[in-house]
Amino acid sequence: MPDEILNEFLVESRENLDQLDRELVALEEDPRNTARLASVFRTVHTIKGTAGFFQFAKLEAVAHVGENLLSRLRDGVIVLDAVRTSALLAMVDAIRVLLGQIEANDAEGEGEYGALITALSHCCNDEALPDAARALGVAAPERAASIPPAAIASRPPRPVSEVPRIASVKPAAPRVEPAKVEVPRLEAPRIEVPTLDAPKVEPAKIEVPAADAAKGAVPTKASLPSKPSLPAKADAKGEHHEDRPAPPSDPRIRVDVRLLDRLMNLVGELVLARNQLLQHGGSSNDTALVSTCQSINLITTELQEGVMKTRMQPIDNVWNKFPRVVRDLSQLCGKQVKLEMEGGNTELDKTIIEAIGDPLTHLVRNSIDHGIEPPQQRVASHKPVIGTLKLRAYHEGGRVNIEIIDDGKGIDGEKVKARALERGLITPERARAMLPHEMNALLFLPGFSTAEKVTNISGRGVGLDVVKNNIERLGGSVDIDTQPGRGATFRIRIPLTLAIIPALVIGAAGERFAIPQVNLGELVRIDAESGNGLIERIHGVPVYRLRGNLLPLIELGRVLELDNGRALNGVNLIVLQADDRQFGLLVDDIFDTEEIVVKPLGRELKGLNTYAGATIMGDGRVALILDVTGLAERAGIASAERRIALDPERTRAHSVSEQLLLFRRGRDTRMAIPLDAVTRLEEFQRARVESVGGEDVVQYRGEILRLVYLSEVFGEPRSDNDTLHVLVHSSGDRSVGFVVDAIEDVIQQEISSARRDGRPGTLGSAVIQGRVTEILDAASVRGLLGS
Amino acid sequence: MATTQLCTFNVDDLCFGVEVTQVQEVLRFQPMTRVPLAPGTIRGLINLRGQIVTAVDLRACLGIEPRTTDALPMNVVIRGSEGSVSLLVDEIGDVIEVSTDSFEPPPSTMRALHRNMIVAVCKLPKQLLLVLAPERALAASQQPVETRARGELN
Repeated sequence: MPDEILNEFLVESRENLDQLDRELVALEEDPRNTARLASVFRTVHTIKGTAGFFQFAKLEAVAHVGENLLSRLRDGVIVLDAVRTSALLAMVDAIRVLLGQIEANDAEGEGEYGALITALSHCCNDEALPDAARALGVAAPERAASIPPAAIASRPPRPVSEVPRIASVKPAAPRVEPAKVEVPRLEAPRIEVPTLDAPKVEPAKIEVPAADAAKGAVPTKASLPSKPSLPAKADAKGEHHEDRPAPPSDPRIRVDVRLLDRLMNLVGELVLARNQLLQHGGSSNDTALVSTCQSINLITTELQEGVMKTRMQPIDNVWNKFPRVVRDLSQLCGKQVKLEMEGGNTELDKTIIEAIGDPLTHLVRNSIDHGIEPPQQRVASHKPVIGTLKLRAYHEGGRVNIEIIDDGKGIDGEKVKARALERGLITPERARAMLPHEMNALLFLPGFSTAEKVTNISGRGVGLDVVKNNIERLGGSVDIDTQPGRGATFRIRIPLTLAIIPALVIGAAGERFAIPQVNLGELVRIDAESGNGLIERIHGVPVYRLRGNLLPLIELGRVLELDNGRALNGVNLIVLQADDRQFGLLVDDIFDTEEIVVKPLGRELKGLNTYAGATIMGDGRVALILDVTGLAERAGIASAERRIALDPERTRAHSVSEQLLLFRRGRDTRMAIPLDAVTRLEEFQRARVESVGGEDVVQYRGEILRLVYLSEVFGEPRSDNDTLHVLVHSSGDRSVGFVVDAIEDVIQQEISSARRDGRPGTLGSAVIQGRVTEILDAASVRGLLGS
Repeated sequence: MATTQLCTFNVDDLCFGVEVTQVQEVLRFQPMTRVPLAPGTIRGLINLRGQIVTAVDLRACLGIEPRTTDALPMNVVIRGSEGSVSLLVDEIGDVIEVSTDSFEPPPSTMRALHRNMIVAVCKLPKQLLLVLAPERALAASQQPVETRARGELN
């Protein structure tokens, strides 16, 4: 037996089977899609043919009867429904098992597939459908033959009362244990077919005596395919599919992953060597040497990019099994769930793709099992009876974000906390001081979910703590966002490239550190002389005013306990961004931007959240790579939701040049507003203004914009011009329109001699164009109105 | 008579041995990069031919005060399941072959901390050799250790 051809058959068939899962589930929603039916038919036909070529009798038999069924479906003689879909999915599973056996033992194994074959042939005509349904252990639809396809797609798959009955789909060969088959991990890990703890249909009922099985098995010799469907590799793949013209030859080739790993490592070493070379040779006087160094530099960079790309795969490779998983799981749990996937072409490194399958599966299972409510409950809560599970992936800031969003019942932080207390996982003191998002995070504690039913669904690892560990091992993080009653979102964040990133090298307290460029905002030099006073202290915390926003500062030497901080001048300030936190890092020296190879820290140091890894610098010494998020946490920089409002009255006035918009309030009072608080200037005719609940609003850009008359805010009657001049101010995704009497000017001016303790609604007053002018504080005006 | 080969080294006046199969290499002192905020037993990171290896001070793991001389420690690089770790020791000895018959369990008078790290005590002609289990020593390094002065180790 030509091993290479067999291996190729096995690998390709595996991929095809995954595709079949997806297509069959998609077909269930759209059963008349002839093109898809034809494609599924061809795949099965190919498998049958190749099985015959290799004389795998059982495989051929199973594929043959499946092919028959598919041929009738494709030709429109019968229609695909839930029972037939289940049958075909069972066939796919059986083929997988057989392929697994072939791969491990070069033989098909002892499993018997007679019952499955019988069930599949029953599916070929409508009258025998109930028999097939019984054999498969699925509920038979009442009027299988006469359900119009539109109805299948639009109404819930079956009446709620019937669903809780089983809905488990097993291959009809209970003696074959899928779990025991050695399946090499060539691609994303697969899902075992779910089994129930308390099946209502005994598998034993579908045992078929061997004689029948033999009858059902298609004689192998007699039905050799007319064309050998697996010719030597060199031939065009067009030979497989008689029905369609030869596809253009595939420009891709298969490469052993280990070879790619070696290439990656070599490129990593090359980058290190190049860094060293640049250090020594780059500044030499020998021009030939310098120019050669430059060449090597450029080539190395491009080589590195290319190799990184070879290992990137779309996350769809992991996701494509989920339609089937969700279908099976929702039947198992008696729920109705619709799966949406967004961003399937987001690319990840192969090692991440392989490692992310299990955690994702577990989270999906979690959402269906615990998140989405049973249909009656959903209807009672006025939610659509079909729950939505959405998978979303996108790149952001050098990371990949994967979200699992459900519209189920959400997570009740208090209940989670109570359970954790009960289990002794937290102390009562800690429980008392806990904030909402910390309560949800308790779910990730080991030992939390011991009461959960352990089913065979994911097969390995239970508990969200395992999910968290697996993700953290990839250098990522996972957190929960939830609204009780509305749903929950699990968000996984993983750094994009594991190996080589651009970074800024800095010095503090005599040590060197690297900061990933993705977190880098800008660099500010604070001189010794002119710098005095630019850094202020508020409540003892150093801050810097960056274009109007107060930036909390971290002294790196102090937070790493290397020194006790020093005078805050003659330092460098690096504006860093991590998640939604922005802050400034004070360091002694800023060296260079370099491409560094990220090496993970050993297990002994993994607990230190301030470091993301380490790297080897050009001079051979090790430097630590800072983890910006960890640094912020360690320094106690609050994320946006917890930031404490700073009291504006404590800030000193200082000279800053700002852009201001000048407007008129009332008949002759002039005010100013910082320009960056104004999103847009608009004019509305009074006729467009509508009154809702005592407030004036106007329809604006598809939204309802609330209007605030500034005159009223400051205790004056509002004017009644026909034209309203409105300053639109947006904060987050909410906007409000400030109504003024006239817009006068936009100026850029240094605001000197400002008083910063103005009345509520203002930031203070300043001399502008020779007049004392109050400066509007948009945020506090909103606060005054309670908006 | 079963024999095994041990790589030996000294810390303070104690003689230790580790099974040779667990030792990747031994080197003289390597420049280390400090890791601020790390537990006190971790002295830093070293560059081992492009591999970044954590250096753990065995003296500190054992709770012995640092040496008063300027002598630089040596590295015994242990091959672990998740990467290599280097143990910093005072001096490196020879690789010796010993019979496992001469192994005895560590005495109960030994501090519990050390008893965990020591797999057995081996009687050599001139001294006692403490056979060390590196992974247990490393696990112990994660916890804070009270330092004892030299000579108090029993």
